[in-house]
Amino acid sequence: MTATPDLATPPEIGGIGHSVLRREDDRLIEGQGDFLDDVALPGMLHMAIHRSPVAHARIRGIDTEAASAVDGVVAVVTGELMAAHNLAWMPTLSGDTQAVLATDKVRYQGQEVAAVIATDPYVAADAAALIEVDYDMLPAVTGPQQSLSADAPLIRDEKEGQTDNLVYTWESGDAEATDAVFAEAAKVVTLETFYPRSHPAPLETCGIVADVNSVTGQATVYLTSQAPHAHRTLFALVAGLPEQNIRIISPDLGGGFGNKVPIYPGYVVATAASLLLGTPVKWIESRSDNLISTGFGRDYHMRGELALDAGGRILALRADVLSDQGAFYSDAQPSNFRAGLFHVVTGSYDFAAAHVTCRGAFTNKAPGGVAYRCSFRITEASYLIERLVQNAAYEIGMDPADFRLLNFIREDQFPYTTPTGFTYDSGDYHTALRKAMDEVGYTELRATQAAAREEGRLLGIGIAHFTEAVGAGPSRTYDIAGLKMFDSAELRVHPTGKAILKLGVKTQGQGHETTFAQIVASELGIPVTDIKVVHGDTDNTPYGLGTYASRSTPTSGAATSMVSRKLADKARKIAAHLLEAAEADIDLAAGVFSVRGTPERSVTIQDVAFAAYTNMPEGLEHGLEGVSYYDPPNLTFPYGSYIVVVEVDAETGVWKVDRMVALDDCGVRINPMIVEGQIHGGLTEGFAKSSMQWITFDDDGNCIGANFMDYLVPTAWETPRFELLETCVPSPHHPIGAKGVGESATVGSPAAYVNAVIDAVAHLGVRNIDMPVLADRVWDAIESAS
Amino acid sequence: MEVSVTINGTAQSHDVEARQLLVDFVRSTVGLTGTHIGCDTTSCGVCTVLLDGVPVKACTVLAAQADGHEVTTVEGLKADGELHAVQKAFKENHGLQCGFCTPAMMLVGAALLESNDDPTEDEIRWAISGNLCRCTGYMNIVKSIQAAAAEGRAQ
Ligand code: FES
Ligand code: FES
Repeated sequence: MTATPDLATPPEIGGIGHSVLRREDDRLIEGQGDFLDDVALPGMLHMAIHRSPVAHARIRGIDTEAASAVDGVVAVVTGELMAAHNLAWMPTLSGDTQAVLATDKVRYQGQEVAAVIATDPYVAADAAALIEVDYDMLPAVTGPQQSLSADAPLIRDEKEGQTDNLVYTWESGDAEATDAVFAEAAKVVTLETFYPRSHPAPLETCGIVADVNSVTGQATVYLTSQAPHAHRTLFALVAGLPEQNIRIISPDLGGGFGNKVPIYPGYVVATAASLLLGTPVKWIESRSDNLISTGFGRDYHMRGELALDAGGRILALRADVLSDQGAFYSDAQPSNFRAGLFHVVTGSYDFAAAHVTCRGAFTNKAPGGVAYRCSFRITEASYLIERLVQNAAYEIGMDPADFRLLNFIREDQFPYTTPTGFTYDSGDYHTALRKAMDEVGYTELRATQAAAREEGRLLGIGIAHFTEAVGAGPSRTYDIAGLKMFDSAELRVHPTGKAILKLGVKTQGQGHETTFAQIVASELGIPVTDIKVVHGDTDNTPYGLGTYASRSTPTSGAATSMVSRKLADKARKIAAHLLEAAEADIDLAAGVFSVRGTPERSVTIQDVAFAAYTNMPEGLEHGLEGVSYYDPPNLTFPYGSYIVVVEVDAETGVWKVDRMVALDDCGVRINPMIVEGQIHGGLTEGFAKSSMQWITFDDDGNCIGANFMDYLVPTAWETPRFELLETCVPSPHHPIGAKGVGESATVGSPAAYVNAVIDAVAHLGVRNIDMPVLADRVWDAIESAS
Repeated sequence: MEVSVTINGTAQSHDVEARQLLVDFVRSTVGLTGTHIGCDTTSCGVCTVLLDGVPVKACTVLAAQADGHEVTTVEGLKADGELHAVQKAFKENHGLQCGFCTPAMMLVGAALLESNDDPTEDEIRWAISGNLCRCTGYMNIVKSIQAAAAEGRAQ
């Protein structure tokens, strides 16, 4: 690896550290974005899906006659037809199989049963509603405890060898050592809490336009995809199409947040229909389709225990999780880690022993556990430890901030290996928390809180200090469905010095077209306005695993640096040739190559680029382009200290956020403006989940939360104002020291909001209120405590 | 049925189904895809257009109801080749991320500024409370509309 270059650039070049305005905005503010539903191809047909209205039932028969008779209907597809093409079932990302269109049973409300292809979307929807299915009702299983009880009906009766509803068991850490510490502990603090099912709900739902040419065999698939390359490979494997003939184009995405990582049955049906009919087929989910059937987040029933010594030091942690997987096991998780990276649950604290167990259970609920704006179950982990730590402080009689400062991993302990095997790269937790405390005026606030209590007012101060593990690979450890997690960047500098950068990842609003250009601008000194960033088209970008788990900057961003450095090495040779100097004497800073000692002898990157095509030194290949595949040596570990101040109305349980102070350390910030935007969004999602946003089910398995009237997403009116702070401890192993930030605030903030509400009523003895912390739950907690 | 609408200043007549929604009329019949669809319960607001200058959720208005009226979509915000102040402000204040809610947010912001050139933060938040955004947390959307208001007052 070349030595780290000087990355400083003036604003006109706009490299790392500049809040460059976003390049993608120009088209988006004029309504010229190109979203999936904007794709219209000649002869395109429209698909609508008929879904199960019930959670668990055997299918006796499907009557498609009335639907087929509707004028404009071209085809009605059932599981039987799919089965004839061996496509009634498909593999999931977690090695299970999932029904594409149900043939034997329906296993959750909203499951895909049939599809109608028609000339018009209204007609397709009309006809889908006319499909009649004869169901033989079965009892619904709506929770993992019920699912794992001895008398629960078997949900996956079709699955060979499956005799109960257990999906998996998984553990991490050292049970024996942990038990030994617990046996000797001065105090043990326990928390049982449920992290409810949630849904990423990007404002653009999922969709596909499949265009399979029956003559050439070329399949052009427009897909709402966060991982187009991975999806191409999986399409090849599932549909048996030759991979060179599949081109996935993921256009502008209206948000993703994990929802656009899996492959959904509708994609398979639309592609098969296009293949069979020889015309393009479009399918766009309705909002209820989206909320009722696609990748959900969380649904973790968690129990955590901390062992403490008499002085308040944490000695060990035990965590046990029951995970509700829904009817098919289709998590998007690395295959070695059934519970994702949940074992990062030891958080920001220094102690020696931990043991984590997790069981997954099938239920009659939608499948597809995705990491909703987080890295593989890290939000659940962060929530559990930060809630536990606050309760531990109460039990030991310490202030929750002091308790954290006492137990934090110290700056001099990094790189720090946790008892469950992560090696945290860098951090200074004490400085971060103290800075956030200073900003919020922590000491005075505690005094205000005490005074308010005297007057009968309930003020709460909640802290969460999270540590995330993001940016997967390394590829030796992390994969999705066997595809290893590295990522890529390809850079071409044209003769006039303008460049095109192609990425293996795919933006959903994070601003890759700007920030990745800024990396090149810093490395090579090409102005950011001279760099076009291409992504989301598998025919035109190098292979990569896509954008989720805050991995784009840690992986593809690193690849962008590395490929720029490859080109800088070659450019230095060309500059030496142009300047008639020794290569070793050439310095590069902000796009100018100069001879050390005589800086007036210089050429620009633009001169060098032109020479790369017109005046090459002997022995060098023409051109100035390259590709890098970057396999990170470790994850990166961003962290933050969040402090929330709330006031709770004792009469009604309604709570309101007075302050939200959020300090984030994500290493080096490429574009500070964009980083802050990401944090705003994440803090809002954390607020959403802690206050209102959840999906639940009644005893019959009816989904409550199937539209935006039931699934409450905060508007501008409810959303709090945020005060942001930062520190910067770079990642030592990332080429530009960046760690990734897209999900930090979603991961870290739920515990801060909930801790604040609990803190307001902790003196009454309240230690837990499950999310969403609805007013009636708070009121109940106050009533039953007093 | 025949529906005649002036869209972004241009009169258009199309023969459409009586049940066609205005949002589909705008997107599919007229071909202006800057207006989006995000829900089926009139909740998200990404379909917002201005009907005679007033924001409406075009998923809940029939094309037939717009007959004889003026509709403004995001494509009509720019005038004489100049971006509208809200468009500039959204870019300059990072008021958008994925951009899916943005056309609607800008139209609501523009309509608000027509009637109130100096809205308070609460007035802005109330005005956009029928429009969801999943990316920005609204902070920079509010800031953008404030900036556009300031720009408007300075003119
Ligand atoms: S599409 Fe959601 S309100 Fe119109
Ligand atoms: S910018 Fe993505 S929904 Fe608002």
